[in-house]
Amino acid sequence: MTIGVDQRAAADTRQTLLDIWETEPGLYGWLATVDHKTIGIRYLCTAFFFLIIGGVEALVMRVQLAQPDLKVLSPDAYNQLFSMHGTTMMFLYALPMLSGFSNYLWPLMLGSRDMAFPRLNALSYWVFLFAGIFLYVSFPLGQAPNAGWFSYVPNASLAYDPGINMDVFALGLIFLGISTVVGSANFIVTLLRCRAPGMSVNRLPILVWGTLTASVANLLAVPAVSLACAMLWLDRRYGTHFFEVTGGGQPLLWQHLFWVFGHPWVYALVLPAMGIVSDALPVFCRRTLVGYTLVAISTVSTMVLGFGVWVHHMFATGLPVMSLSFFSAASFVIAIPSAIAMFAWIATIWTGKLQVTTPFLFFAGFIMLFVIGGVSGFMTASVALDWQLTDTYFIVAHLHYVLLGINVFPVIGGLHFWFPKMSGRILDDRLGKWTFWTMFVGFNAAFFPMHITGLMGLPRRIYTYPAAMGVGWLNLVSTIGAFVFAVGVLLFLINVAKSLRAGQAAGNNPWDAPTLEWATTSPPPVYNFATIPQVASRYPLWEDRLNEGEDRSVIGEAARDGMVLDRDKETIGVTPLDAEPNVVLKMPGDSVLPFLLSVGMLVLSFGLLLQAIWLVAAAAVCEFVLLALWLAPMPHDAVEKVEIYD
Amino acid sequence: MRSAVPLGFAAFSLAGCSSSPLGYLDATGPVGGPIARLGWGLIAISAGVCIVVGILLVIALWRGQRHADLEIKTVDDTAAIRWIGVGVAISTVFLIGAAVWTLVTVRQIRQPASATALSLDVTGQDWWWAVKYRGADPAQDFTTANQLVIPVDVPVQINLRSRDVIHSFWVPKLGGKMDMIPSRTNVTWLQADKIGDYRGQCGEFCGLDHAFMAFDVRVLSKPDYAAWLDRQLLPAAVSAGEPGFKTFMVRCAVCHTIRGTPAGGILGPDLSHFAERETIAAGLLPNTPDNLVNWINNTQTLKPGAKMPELHMLAAETRDVAAFLEGLK
Repeated sequence: MTIGVDQRAAADTRQTLLDIWETEPGLYGWLATVDHKTIGIRYLCTAFFFLIIGGVEALVMRVQLAQPDLKVLSPDAYNQLFSMHGTTMMFLYALPMLSGFSNYLWPLMLGSRDMAFPRLNALSYWVFLFAGIFLYVSFPLGQAPNAGWFSYVPNASLAYDPGINMDVFALGLIFLGISTVVGSANFIVTLLRCRAPGMSVNRLPILVWGTLTASVANLLAVPAVSLACAMLWLDRRYGTHFFEVTGGGQPLLWQHLFWVFGHPWVYALVLPAMGIVSDALPVFCRRTLVGYTLVAISTVSTMVLGFGVWVHHMFATGLPVMSLSFFSAASFVIAIPSAIAMFAWIATIWTGKLQVTTPFLFFAGFIMLFVIGGVSGFMTASVALDWQLTDTYFIVAHLHYVLLGINVFPVIGGLHFWFPKMSGRILDDRLGKWTFWTMFVGFNAAFFPMHITGLMGLPRRIYTYPAAMGVGWLNLVSTIGAFVFAVGVLLFLINVAKSLRAGQAAGNNPWDAPTLEWATTSPPPVYNFATIPQVASRYPLWEDRLNEGEDRSVIGEAARDGMVLDRDKETIGVTPLDAEPNVVLKMPGDSVLPFLLSVGMLVLSFGLLLQAIWLVAAAAVCEFVLLALWLAPMPHDAVEKVEIYD
Repeated sequence: MRSAVPLGFAAFSLAGCSSSPLGYLDATGPVGGPIARLGWGLIAISAGVCIVVGILLVIALWRGQRHADLEIKTVDDTAAIRWIGVGVAISTVFLIGAAVWTLVTVRQIRQPASATALSLDVTGQDWWWAVKYRGADPAQDFTTANQLVIPVDVPVQINLRSRDVIHSFWVPKLGGKMDMIPSRTNVTWLQADKIGDYRGQCGEFCGLDHAFMAFDVRVLSKPDYAAWLDRQLLPAAVSAGEPGFKTFMVRCAVCHTIRGTPAGGILGPDLSHFAERETIAAGLLPNTPDNLVNWINNTQTLKPGAKMPELHMLAAETRDVAAFLEGLK
């Protein structure tokens, strides 16, 4: 245990830490690593890959819809494409992308050395990757899920969808749900325990608030959809009657289970992204966020309210008008916390001293898209008007303004912002600005006209439409816009490729940002901080300039007297609210078990899909063995915990 | 092949008095009208919010770039936070206003002012609509397909059911959607205050031919409606000697009904008074002899996945069947 004065040279300390923390090179290390930064970057790359897949699916659909009565796609192909587009973007891009940011950034922002459960973190990534592959396994066979990402029964039941399409969907989502749930549990425990001393809850970056809120929501919401998918699969393959009307089942049960998950889920897809903006936008306004406390409260209250609005997806199902009215009113109320956040961002810009960089453009552009997506949501909250709007292109416009506007724009802005930290190099700003304008113009050209086509009555999820609808030219504009947007994404990829090779070196803190992750090197060492920082304020790197109090955070070289924890793989554990250090946590080493366990789950899923009992049994036995190895008690001295404060 | 479709839709457009056959912002009647007004109101509020926030953002961006000194300093945010409070307070007023307007509209349209005199059963199925009229006694019941004929200025109750998956009944110019869910009967109502033809469309994704699951609503004057009803109550005007009659009985009667003949199939639409319908194949094509021949010959090309198989009939047979059906007034 190393506490107090450490007289060794800093270089020696770093070498010791490196020896303890570094993953061994080679294939084993690649599969076994539990470093949150490696896992975070893997999450980001994999999610971006799925963004591209889902985007290409969208482009193919936009070609089919460019003009009336086109026959580029058969209706069956179109149905598979829009189902996979939705499933990919909602499940394989949007949340994993944000998980990538949080996995990478949390320990750095919180001044810790890793997540609370590093192996669980690795498991969460591998399961996500394999579930993504599993969901695509039937795509090349022309048997991909084809009943929409919402998969309403009975259209998704065996009688009306006899292939393996929906079995892949149901089993794939259950599989993926494991990743989401263990990831969420990991975030929550990390927040409670793995922070630097002094990083009390009122000093957390808003991104941390956003991901924490989303994680709690996911723990509550994801089981609903996993259960629904299990019931769907049992209905399809084993003759149960959860939804099957001939056996007394209820199709509406599916809708309730799906949306009681689905609506909190869409908030989970935007709150961390809003957190990215709340943290990074003020840096380019050269000031702190206006109304930190208000924004943190609005984040949490959005999620709480978000659990009470799911029926607004079901306004046309014939539920009693009285209950619809409550859900309609709740859907209006949820706009209030969003308004708080929006006014806080505008006030930050208003009172700021701007540096118009690429990330700033993405965040400022995001505010406008947030407002447009917000007011179209306000219109759909109205139960009477929604009876007309629902299932038209107006909803397509709304959800893309919300999910692209509030997720993709902050994400691309955030990638520009943290790329220097991750790679040590800055993305080219000129190319970045081209990226922003191409994406912004393309996005609005693609999706704004859909408001109008929706108001003209164009239904969603139709593979073609007649010329007399009068929406042909608007759809052509949408298609052109979609391709322009795709060019923007391509420019971003070119920028990444270029800057990785020849980008300007970043230094520790290229943006002069205030939070802890900028105190360490770019890219950070595997152990993050040579000594655990001690945090004294919300903006540790701006304290001298803000001069708000007497206390100063102790970071970097100045922290050499602090906690080095170089006896073993360790980090500091703190009390949940005030972040008083009270325990040294032993961190697990690299392990190939998460990878093997995920492979086992993949095999198990295939076994269930093919209904191959022997395969299921073999995989289940392997899983039990692997779990037993994972949970096997460690030698006593390895779990010894050292109290350092009473 | 589908060059006739635009013409058909153009006819609907003219009859529907609007540029877009499914546009609902110019809806009228006691259900459609209040929703359209609410729609315009909320669009106005939304546009206003976008403009105000857009202006605020532009001013903020302009103000923020005047500074040469980018040093970080402590700023007193009391005023800024007060302005956030003002913005949120104004937003809340509009939100409450919109919520109240919504609830008032719901109350206004949930039930007709007078009792419904006419009640229809509409059953959605892949991918067409069966419409059942109930008479005073069961002998006066009859079924038609893909076309609702209703009298003007009369509230009509619609009982919605589904035979397979979830569909949604939607006549944008007359009111909002109501889902048709297997094992449930959802009840909605509509009332037209103008004579004319209105377009309906399935509003819930229902599989392969969701795009081609449309129907028509014909609104007639009360005397015209009474006359139409009388004609429907008669069996089909069939002469058994027609060449098409025999072919129909052999090739089509297993799925289709023509009242007053041996044809009694229930899988496909009832064709008893087929010649009176505006469209064929659930709004796909205008009902003309040429289109009918085309439909019988190319069912799966025109509507891929439709439950009606391609019959591979001889050209003469097809022509005879089409002529026979077009004679069913």
